[in-house]
Amino acid sequence: MKIVSALAGIVVKELYRRKDFYVLFVLTALVTVMMASINFFHDKSIAGYLKEACLWLIWVSALVIAIVTTARQIPAERENRTIFPLLAKPVTRNQVVLGKFGGCWLATGIALVVFYVFFTIVAGTRENQWPIVNYLQALWLQWMMLAIVIALALLGSIVFAAPSSNSTICFVIVIGILLVGGHLDQVALRQSEPVRTITYALYFLIPHLEWYDVRQLVFFEQGLVPWSACGLATLYAAFYSAMLLLATWILFRRKALNL
Amino acid sequence: MPYLLLALLATLCFSVATYLQPRTASWSQRGQDSVMKVLLGDGRRLLANHLFAKADVYFHSGYYPTIFDSTEPPKEKHMLGHEHEGAEQEHEEEEDFMGKPRNWVDAFSRNFKITKHTHLENGREKEILPWLKLSAEMDPHLIETYTVAAYWLANHLGKVSDAEEFLRQGLRENPQSYEILFALGRIYYNQYHDAARARNVWELALKRWRARAAEQKQPNSIDFEQIVVNLGRLEEDQGNLVSAIQYYEQAKQVSPAPQHLQKQIDDLKRKLEPNPQASRQ
Repeated sequence: MKIVSALAGIVVKELYRRKDFYVLFVLTALVTVMMASINFFHDKSIAGYLKEACLWLIWVSALVIAIVTTARQIPAERENRTIFPLLAKPVTRNQVVLGKFGGCWLATGIALVVFYVFFTIVAGTRENQWPIVNYLQALWLQWMMLAIVIALALLGSIVFAAPSSNSTICFVIVIGILLVGGHLDQVALRQSEPVRTITYALYFLIPHLEWYDVRQLVFFEQGLVPWSACGLATLYAAFYSAMLLLATWILFRRKALNL
Repeated sequence: MPYLLLALLATLCFSVATYLQPRTASWSQRGQDSVMKVLLGDGRRLLANHLFAKADVYFHSGYYPTIFDSTEPPKEKHMLGHEHEGAEQEHEEEEDFMGKPRNWVDAFSRNFKITKHTHLENGREKEILPWLKLSAEMDPHLIETYTVAAYWLANHLGKVSDAEEFLRQGLRENPQSYEILFALGRIYYNQYHDAARARNVWELALKRWRARAAEQKQPNSIDFEQIVVNLGRLEEDQGNLVSAIQYYEQAKQVSPAPQHLQKQIDDLKRKLEPNPQASRQ
């Protein structure tokens, strides 16, 4: 466990040494502040559009941080040949996978906290309401979703040759699931066999990342997700992440590390 | 030497800029276009429609069918206001697009979605305004953006001067629009209680409607009825009963319920008849 947390700590340090997070945060803040400065019929308390835009930017930024940071972890170790002294410590490949996953997940979580603090301040000053529990729940669900995304990107970093191709494929998969994942069953009904069965099977097979997107509930002020559903969604994310990590370990175990 | 070259290049840049600047203005219709028009061209109209639909999504607090749902999006007229309260129940039923959960994934996903059909109220209608304003920026010829925004501003948010200003902006962009003139007349009559200005604006709206109707195979008779009925009410309130009867007669020809208008006409005619008792005295 100590080894895993040490490896994770290195990844977290990498996040605040690199400029990705700062650039994305400044961009998010800049766009949000610019949007807040727009005058709509002399009403300064209109907040819905601002919250929607800010949350959208947070989602995009968090996805970029999670995928890009994770996709380069193992390839960078291999390219710099630091993987050999690392495995000679001795650190098992299993611990490398867990450490990298834990680090990326934690780093993304820290970034998310900073983003949501900014969001809370912007929304709170605009409409004089502080639904902290709603924001915490949205943050938690987004972080759980990112666990699956990070595990997916880690698996991709073993399968694909370059971090760029891995990142692109991960983005396509994640955005695809977020946009149409929840409607694949409806799409399946309009198809002929065997596409119908394949699409329907895919519907039950894919991780339903769209569940974790509760932005609408936040900016339409529609209350909290039931805590039981929140707990089940957390378990679902844990199972999917564990499955993807196991697949990563199985592939990484037999992977030749020399380039 | 390098400094001289740098100075020469800087001078060249400046000279080319002074030469090109007046010409770039004429690239986009004599420099009158907004940045969005230059950047997006006609594509901004699609964006304008999307933003208008976004306002409707906000009005329904996010409870809105997606392209995957079989139900059509709610009729745009609905956002125009609750003028037809009788249709509300029907509207609620037609928009229950979710139905029963299709499977366990769908059932579970409803915990994370908006599943209640509600409308913005108690001043929260203001949340639709940014989308309408942006929609008007994208396509200044989308008439509904002006009339819908003005309706909510004037009738629910108490921002009558903003509503008037926005309608006037729309009128500058669409000088032939009878819809905007009609909305403007409603503000003058209902909010400012200025009958003279309302009459002028509605009469102009009627003139514009007739001009457009002459060019169309199937003119919009609902809009015509609204204009003449409102003119009729205005004249009735002002005591010009003959004019009021004339307007109601026109409305009767296109109305789906002419019997109600006929009753109003009969009432007005009775008022116009000389009172026999008064004449005896």
